[in-house]
Amino acid sequence: MGQITLSQVTKRFGEVSVIPPLDLRIEEGEFVVFVGPSGCGKSTLLRLIAGLEDVSDGRISIDGKDATGVPPAKRGLAMVFQSYALYPHMTVRKNIAFPLRMAGLSQAEQDKKVNAAAAVLNLTAYMDRRPGQLSGGQRQRVAIGRAIVREPAAFLFDEPLSNLDAALRVNMRLEISELHNSLKTTMIYVTHDQVEAMTMADKIVVLQAGNIEQVGSPLDLYHSPRNVFVAGFIGSPRMNLITGPEAAKHDATTIGIRPEHIAISATEGLWRGTVGVSEHLGSDTFFRVNETGLGDMITVRAGGEVALHHGDTIYLTPDMTKLHRFDAAGLRL
Amino acid sequence: MSTQASRSAARTMLSPAVILLLIWMIVPLVLTLYFSFQRYNLLYPDRAGFVGWMNYTNFVATPAFLTAVLNTLVLVLGVLIVTVGGGIMLALLIDQPIWGQGVVRILVIAPFFIMPPVAALVWKNMFMNPTNGLFAELFKFLGLQPYDFLGQAPLASLILIVAWQWLPFATLILLTALQSLSSEELEAAEMDGAPAIKRFWFIMVPHLARAITVVVLIQTIFLLAVLVEILVTTNGGPGTASTTLTFLVYREAILDSDVGTAAAGGVVAVVLANIVAVFLMRAIGKNLDA
Amino acid sequence: MARAVTTGQKTINTVAAWGVALLLFFPILWMILTSFKSEADAVLSPPVWFWFDWTTENYESVLEQANYLRFFWNSVIIAVGSTALGLVIAVPAAWSMAFVPGRRTKDLLMWMLSTKMMPGVAVLVPIYLIFVQFGLLDTRIGLVVVLMLINLPIIIWMLYTYFREIPGEILEAARMDGASMRSEILFVLLPMAVPGIASTMLLNIILAWNEAFWTITLTTVDAAPLTKFISRFSSPQGLFYAKLSAASTMAIAPILIMGWFSQKQLVRGLTFGAVK
Repeated sequence: MGQITLSQVTKRFGEVSVIPPLDLRIEEGEFVVFVGPSGCGKSTLLRLIAGLEDVSDGRISIDGKDATGVPPAKRGLAMVFQSYALYPHMTVRKNIAFPLRMAGLSQAEQDKKVNAAAAVLNLTAYMDRRPGQLSGGQRQRVAIGRAIVREPAAFLFDEPLSNLDAALRVNMRLEISELHNSLKTTMIYVTHDQVEAMTMADKIVVLQAGNIEQVGSPLDLYHSPRNVFVAGFIGSPRMNLITGPEAAKHDATTIGIRPEHIAISATEGLWRGTVGVSEHLGSDTFFRVNETGLGDMITVRAGGEVALHHGDTIYLTPDMTKLHRFDAAGLRL
Repeated sequence: MSTQASRSAARTMLSPAVILLLIWMIVPLVLTLYFSFQRYNLLYPDRAGFVGWMNYTNFVATPAFLTAVLNTLVLVLGVLIVTVGGGIMLALLIDQPIWGQGVVRILVIAPFFIMPPVAALVWKNMFMNPTNGLFAELFKFLGLQPYDFLGQAPLASLILIVAWQWLPFATLILLTALQSLSSEELEAAEMDGAPAIKRFWFIMVPHLARAITVVVLIQTIFLLAVLVEILVTTNGGPGTASTTLTFLVYREAILDSDVGTAAAGGVVAVVLANIVAVFLMRAIGKNLDA
Repeated sequence: MARAVTTGQKTINTVAAWGVALLLFFPILWMILTSFKSEADAVLSPPVWFWFDWTTENYESVLEQANYLRFFWNSVIIAVGSTALGLVIAVPAAWSMAFVPGRRTKDLLMWMLSTKMMPGVAVLVPIYLIFVQFGLLDTRIGLVVVLMLINLPIIIWMLYTYFREIPGEILEAARMDGASMRSEILFVLLPMAVPGIASTMLLNIILAWNEAFWTITLTTVDAAPLTKFISRFSSPQGLFYAKLSAASTMAIAPILIMGWFSQKQLVRGLTFGAVK
């Protein structure tokens, strides 16, 4: 349960084509993350799968059955919205029970399932409160509870953590991953945060302007990005992308090297530059290096104890085995 | 969100309202148009027949017509001046720090909620009546002769009555607009050395300009249609001194049973209202994204 | 603009504001006072202000005779009836315009508002004749329909603005949760829109109660509401000021009270959003 296939799915708003013909296959039980910059169409794609928008062309099938014209209620999917979209005039209990009520379950059955979901999400103490009386994290859990209780074929998450503060975000990330491990249901998760994508996904779908740039596991995308866009999107801080004569030396239009794959020295190395801003996180230090002759600033990661300062000369030596090469079209060589 | 399903549902849900309003708009207007080209008097139904533009020419040619148009203009402009001018001043006053602002607002708003017949009769009987009205009492107290307001200055008296009813509306709207003016802008101007008069003229007035426009246009639409106040106080008189266009049409229709002429007059009224409406719609349309 | 001003300034402002306010309110106050006077006291020259024998005889008299209660009841039925009917038609219309907007939605809304600007006098003749033809003259149902039609644009407009303040995502969540269109409106939208609907109802009842064109031209005796009843006192022979005042006070009292609660709605409903 929870196998979803998109064939040649297209979406136009008037004249504007937001999603060109797209094919994608999501397996049962996978945790798939749609990731990409703002406006890349990831939320639109999610809403097409949910049935909240009609496709302009193409077909969507769920568990082998065509779901293209099927209304959202009948697709057997559950969605957790970015703003949680809880019913403000209902208690937590009633919120979670709502889908069951719509499905016509008896009060007893409703209670059973609601209590079970509440237990899983640690909501039992809040059942009679209204959403307005809950914190962000608690509201999140109620939204998830409302989704769980439907026992859907797949869960759809639309940037659920964007409204939470940093610490809470990390906690909820873990909770959602735990949930996936215990329920083993397909989860489709939309985010613009590549850290969430990397840590939670079985499979990542990188999108730009409606196009799928690459599909693969997190480490696949990290080690073998198919094009310049994916290379620059995955990994934080961003991969250093160098064009010009230095790239030509390696028979490429663009070469890329990640900050963590560059060795530094105060005395010797392949490239020479001046330390600009240095960011000390304690565990790591990031140096922004200028005046290398390579074009833009280069970012380098070093251990926490390196003591170079603004204005110091620094030598960089990239690990050649980790160098990425891209042609004029931006594709991997 | 829009899917095929929700869009077709939306259309179904809209249709009763749209159909009803369409019928309400079209059917009577078409009939009015039809009647305006007919000679049709309810008292002599056998003499009906097509008469082309005769009704229009008759209507426009009656001596009352020009007077009515003039009176309408005077009434509308008079009320507008009083309500907008008074409204601005009142709004400014109420916006100041005062004790009991809530109660002041309640008192000022009250006249708007009085039904027109009551408002008109209170003024007619209790204030303007030359025998026992309060104004008469005041004049006597001052040693003057009581003045027959409604008899000798019917239009001005009507302006007073109608303006009294609409002043709360203008005040409320202008007050709302005033209170939406950020105090920071005014404070910045004060820091820049602008005195109160200049602050009023260069900051408040432009900000209020939109609200004033809306008040003027909306009130005009309703003022053109004023009827009951006239009916109940002067009945258009003495003679035609306080007959407006609307009243003229009403008189033709109800009092003279002259359907044809009344219809022609009605069409004239619609044209007038539409002109104002065009301007109003443009003013509103700019805001409809909100 | 709540800046600190000197107490002196505040006093001056307060006196000025209260002065103007009382001046404006005075006619109403005078009417209410007169309603408690005997007829003789009401026409005393010079007039009496507060120190007279307060009596409720006028109220009793008005209520006993002249079928006053029936006119009052007519006003209630017409005001409430046209509001209820209007809501039934307006809620779905406002829902669709607020939540499934199309390219034409704005134009449609503007057109609806423009129908309110048609002068009654222009269609008086055909409406009157139609009413006569269908036996609707002097019936409450006829008036309910007409008042509903003239106020429908405002009801739709106000509901539209209130609905737009409801996050669309909540309705989508309901849809995902399996709610049919009917369930979505009944169990999610309406409970959340209750304050907005109440405000709209309030304003519309006020407008319908005070409506003085159609209620006067389309009724005679049976369906006559208070507007018609009072307007009949325009001729000088009804010179019973005190009784007239009592009748008038009772006629305006409900609306005055409702109006005091609905100032914000007034701005929203009658300026069509052009002023915030």
